[in-house]
This record gives sequence, structure tokens and C-alpha cells, in this order.
Amino acid sequence: MSEPIAYTVTIYTENNIGLLNRISAIFQRRHINIESINSSVSEIENVSKWTIVVKLHEDQMKKIIGQIEKQVEVIKAYFHTEDETIYQESCLFKIKSNLLFDERRQIESVIKDNNARIVTVNREFFVIEKSGRKEELEVLYRELSVFGIMQFTRSGRIAVTKDEMKISKMLEAFQH
Amino acid sequence: MKDTQTLDKEQTTTAKTMRISGSEAIIRCLIAEGVDILYGYPGGAIMPVYDELYKFRDQIHHVLTRHEQGATHAAQGYARISGKVGVAMATSGPGATNLITGIADAQIDSTPMVCITGQVASHLLGSDAFQETDIIGISTPVTKWNHQITKASQIPEVIAKAFYIAKSGRPGPVLIDITKDAQFEQFDFSYEKCKGVRSYNPVPKTDIDDVKAAALLINSAKKPLIVWGQGVILSEAEEELKAVIEKAGIPAAWTILGASAVPTAHPLNVGMVGMHGNYAPNVLTNECDVLIAIGMRFDDRVTGNLASYAKQAKVIHFEIDPAEIDKNVKTDVAVLGDAKESLSQLLPLLKANSHEEWHQKFKDLYAIEYEKVIKDDLYPTKEGLTMGEVLKEINIQTQGNAAIVSDVGQHQMIACRYAEFTTTKSNITSGGLGTMGFALPAAIGAKMSAPERDVVAIIGDGGYQMTIQELGTIFQQRVPVKIVVLNNEFLGMVRQWQQLFFEKRYASTEMTNPDFVAIAKGYYIDAQKVTKREDLKAAVAEMMACEGPYFLEVRVEKEGNVFPMIPTGASVSDIRLE
Repeated sequence: MSEPIAYTVTIYTENNIGLLNRISAIFQRRHINIESINSSVSEIENVSKWTIVVKLHEDQMKKIIGQIEKQVEVIKAYFHTEDETIYQESCLFKIKSNLLFDERRQIESVIKDNNARIVTVNREFFVIEKSGRKEELEVLYRELSVFGIMQFTRSGRIAVTKDEMKISKMLEAFQH
Repeated sequence: MKDTQTLDKEQTTTAKTMRISGSEAIIRCLIAEGVDILYGYPGGAIMPVYDELYKFRDQIHHVLTRHEQGATHAAQGYARISGKVGVAMATSGPGATNLITGIADAQIDSTPMVCITGQVASHLLGSDAFQETDIIGISTPVTKWNHQITKASQIPEVIAKAFYIAKSGRPGPVLIDITKDAQFEQFDFSYEKCKGVRSYNPVPKTDIDDVKAAALLINSAKKPLIVWGQGVILSEAEEELKAVIEKAGIPAAWTILGASAVPTAHPLNVGMVGMHGNYAPNVLTNECDVLIAIGMRFDDRVTGNLASYAKQAKVIHFEIDPAEIDKNVKTDVAVLGDAKESLSQLLPLLKANSHEEWHQKFKDLYAIEYEKVIKDDLYPTKEGLTMGEVLKEINIQTQGNAAIVSDVGQHQMIACRYAEFTTTKSNITSGGLGTMGFALPAAIGAKMSAPERDVVAIIGDGGYQMTIQELGTIFQQRVPVKIVVLNNEFLGMVRQWQQLFFEKRYASTEMTNPDFVAIAKGYYIDAQKVTKREDLKAAVAEMMACEGPYFLEVRVEKEGNVFPMIPTGASVSDIRLE
């Protein structure tokens, strides 16, 4: 059997308490690890959008999409390969401020080379932010870890698809 | 007709707003949904609702079960025999958690059910208050939908939605958790039935092109086989199925939950598929050229080893739930939609056929099964009563008109194999979950839902003792169910597996049983025990003639086995006859 591949799952749902539990239970029950999960507002008012990354085989992925769509409060679920989406993750690094004086040149070049930016600076620490693909964030992590990282956090993937998602039309159809 | 009229009247009375408590609103919602009976157990967090039930007791009948699990199974029995939504109610904490087995059973067997639980007051949520449990979290994976209400004003809309979701599309259980403060709160009540939920499409539209593709395959088939499931019963497509079978001359087999949709005696009914199903439909699943699955989900107990299941056949799947398509068996043609609708569209496209040679194969294999298994099950010559002959006697004396409610285990397989059904919705059993203890409370619900019908519960000595306390409910409510315990003093199915696959190491399967007749009599239920073949007929006659509830214990042979059998991991065509 071939290696599982990373799929980006996009789910449009009603914005209701408990839905996280219901969606994650579908993966948990099948002993599938969720690589990342993000929930936010979507392009439609009062409709939530979930972006989940999982590594699966295609037929397994299709079955799970069926199970997700079956949930009453799920409007529509899609899955896409990385080629079919534009995706980003975001990360924050908290680093000791003295490095800005002691290692200024090196730090500056790391920030510049990686297209990162400084969000805030104060007496004790400064914060670097970068958005990009996971691999790019990993490069920045490696380069900054030489200097010592006080705190690091990375968001789940967010993605938009190259193809259209006809959610608004679906919802309109329901009204009529 | 009468039902809708009362409903309409009720709807107009509730259309105007009135200021009432949340708990009164709950009862008014239930009445508006046509609920006449509900099953439950009171406790602290649901007391305001019970107080209202008392006030409305001439309009809605609450049945006090002896355990909340019993309430869910009774609600399931009520739903399965009628097609209506069963309702169960419990308090918070242990009351709510005790519902879970029945909810899980209803979920996997697609039974419409609404469960209402009380919850601690909203300001106490998350404080580990007395009898607080996260029942929404616990019930999420086993409900079609669930919702917590913390404000009285949410009650009408949520309950309306609950009934709509439970009943529509592929049915299932819904749990509504209502905090105690919401039950007390006064609000302006009006009720409107739910007509749709925007994120939920209960019945996918049938595509006529798919129906045509299916008809094309069926019309060119030389050896077609239909396997139907409960979907036929849930969509009330029995007549449509029969018309399809008869026109195209297709042998038709059923899954355990599909039983009774077409009468047992119908010449094209070739029996049950699956682990303990009939020989012919199992073997010939691997010989048919077109397999037509209707409202069934290719459960592993039906398919055996998927790697060698109907590989030679083109597969057509009529199914309401898109998630079932290609889940276990890859289909060549999937026809989405409600079975009644899609079979109606299929019928005119089918060519009349008889497939006589193909039928003969079923008859030949039946003859083998009859010689090797059925004859000894139904007409035993050896000493020791068989479960099969008890079923045969019940068939004879009820003329196949009884609803059979079976528990889980050997007796269940025997009941489903040998019960002769003339009427649909008559085989009530726990299929997917295999819940021991299901039958006694489910029989209560079935009988109360269809008082005009004979309801016979067939139960093993193991499962009987899991919900035996429901005898108290039967006694208090005077529910005239007939209870037959087939006592082999073993957990028979597990023992059979121990014999066949664990070298007869009977680990914890032997039962030292109490005096079941004395227990029944302790609940003032007429009862007797049969140990000899010659007494069976008269005992069944006495049971069926009894106006009230009746308990019959039949001592059957201790180490009888259920055959045919597809061992786990084997192919359907490797089904064993001995």
C-alpha cells in the first residue's frame, strides 16, 4: 500500500457548541491523528469554516468526508491535495531582547532572509512573526533556535482552494 | 388519519402564544409531536418536567421503567413496530448515562428516538455539581444530533428540530439536555413543527440516470440476487420491493433488520444472509452476476471476509445515506435516495423475468441446509428440546402474525432464522450493537405501541437477567407481552465459539440460574416452565391464550449450536453447515 498523503479538509458548518467534539470524534474513532485544526469564520455570515490537515489514503479520506457531511450541522465538507489549495501557517517566536544588541546583524539577516517581521519589542523580549508554508517556518525555527527561543507557537493550516466552493449557492437553494 | 387531525388541532391551539414554564412547554411540544407514550425515570434535575407530566397525565402516558436503559429499549420497541419516534426521559448524571446503551443501539440500528435529560442548573454547569455529567459530550458519538438547552425560550425550536432530525432521512437518536433553570423559567410559548434544517439534507434526490443504469444491469443479469435491509421497512417500501422482485423474478434475501418486510412464505424470499443466515443466499452471493443491495449497509456480519465477497458480481446499491456508498463494498451503480421512491422509479424499467434455473440453485442448496440443519432444529428426534422447535410451535400457534422481539445470542439467530412473518415491522431485535437485555423492555414498548398485535419476546437466560427488573414495569402497566426464555444455562453463543475456536474452554459462560418462574410469579405474572417436548404445545397455547402478560421458560439442550455459520474472517461461500 502506498504512503498516506496530506489532505486539507475544509468543512463549512453552523456555529454551534459541541461541533468540535462531534467532528474530532469521527477521526478519533478511526484512530486517525489530526495534524492540525483551525476553526474560524468564513466568507458567509454565521457559517464557520474548519481547516483540518490529516494524512490518509484517498479511499479512507473519501469515507471520512462522507461521515463528516452526514453530521446534521455540517453544511459541506471537501478534501483537497496540497496542489489544489493555497495554504499558509503562521508562527510566533519570543526571543530575549538583549540579542537585538548582541547579535543584531545575524538576527536582522535571519529575519530579512526569511521574510519574517518583528511584531513588538520591549525591554525583555521581542516577537517575530512569520506566515508561510510549514517547511519555511521550520527553516526559520532552525535558524532562530541557535540564538535561543523563549517561546514558540505555530498555528494550524489555513487554506483556500483554487476551485470554487459553492456554499452560498447551496444555502440560497435551501431558502427557496 | 385521526392522528393528523388531533395534531392539527393541537397545532392551532399552540400557535398562539401563552406564558408558561419551560417544563410545561416540553410536554406541550411532545403532545404537538403526537407523542402518546413515553418511557422514563424521574430524578432531581428532571422533576419540574415530571410535575407537568402529572398534570397532563390524561393526554400523555408516562411509563416508569425500572432502569433508564429499559426506557430507551422500550422507546426503541415502540418506534420499531410503529415507525413513530420513541421517546425516553431521564434525570441528569447516572440517569443520563444509563440511557447511553439504548442510544448507541438506536444509532447503529437507525431507530428514531428522542431522549430528554434533565441537567443541573446552568450556573452550576462545569462545577462538578451533584448528579452533573457531560451528557452532551458523552452522547455525541452515538447520537444523530444532540443539543443542550439553557433557556426556556429555546425549547420549542430545539424539540421540533429533534423530532424532525430523529425521524427524517436515515433515522436515529437525538438527545436534548435541559438545565433545571430552563425548566422553571417562564416564557412566551408557541410551537411550530420543524420543516427543514439548512445544513441537513435528509433524503438525497434520486437520479433517474442511476435508476436507468441499475435497470440496465438488472435486465441483462442471468443470476441476479437482491439483499434488502431495514431501509425498506424505514421507507415503507415493502410493496415496491415485492413488485420489483415479482416482476423481475429475482431471488431476494434479507439482513437481520430487513426481516419481515416481505413475508417469509413468499416464494422469492430466499432467507437471511450473514453469519448465521441461510446456506443458499450466502453461498450464491459469490455466484450471482448482479448483486442488488437495497437499504442495507454491508455490515461485517453480513459480508464475512470482504476480500472474497461477491467479487464476481456487479453491485448496485440503493441507499439513503451517501456515507454508506463504497464504505465496505465498492458499487458499480449507486442509487441514492429513499427506497420507496427509487424502487418506484425502477419498477417500470424492469423486464419481466423468471430466472428459473437460477432459482433452482437456491432450492437445491435449501434442500442441503434442510437435511443438515433445519430438520434437526425444527423436528428433532433426540432428547432435549431445541430452540428451533419452540419457534416452530410459536409460528404455528400465532400463524406468523406475532411480532417477535429477540434479545442477543443463539436464540436471536434461531428466532430470526425460523420465525415466520406475515406482517412487516415484526422482527424487533438489536442488530448492529448486539445489546443483551434489549428484548424484555423493547417488547414492552412494542406491545404498548401496537396493543392489537401479539408480541412475543424470545430471550436467552443471559440477556434476560440483564434487564429482568422490567418485569416490574410489565406488572405495573399490565402489558400483555409473552415472554419466552430459552434457558440453556449458558451464555450460549459465547459458549459455541469457545467450543469451536477455544477448545471448549468454557470461561465464564456457564450460568447458575434462579427459579425464573418464581421470579415471574413474584411480579404476579402467570408463568410456567417446560422441560419436555410433549408439554411444549400446551404451554405455548396457554401462553397465547392468556389475556395478561405471560412468562414461559423452556429448558433447551445445554450445548446446542447454531448453524450454518460463517466463521470470522471466512468468506460467505465458506459457510459451515456443521
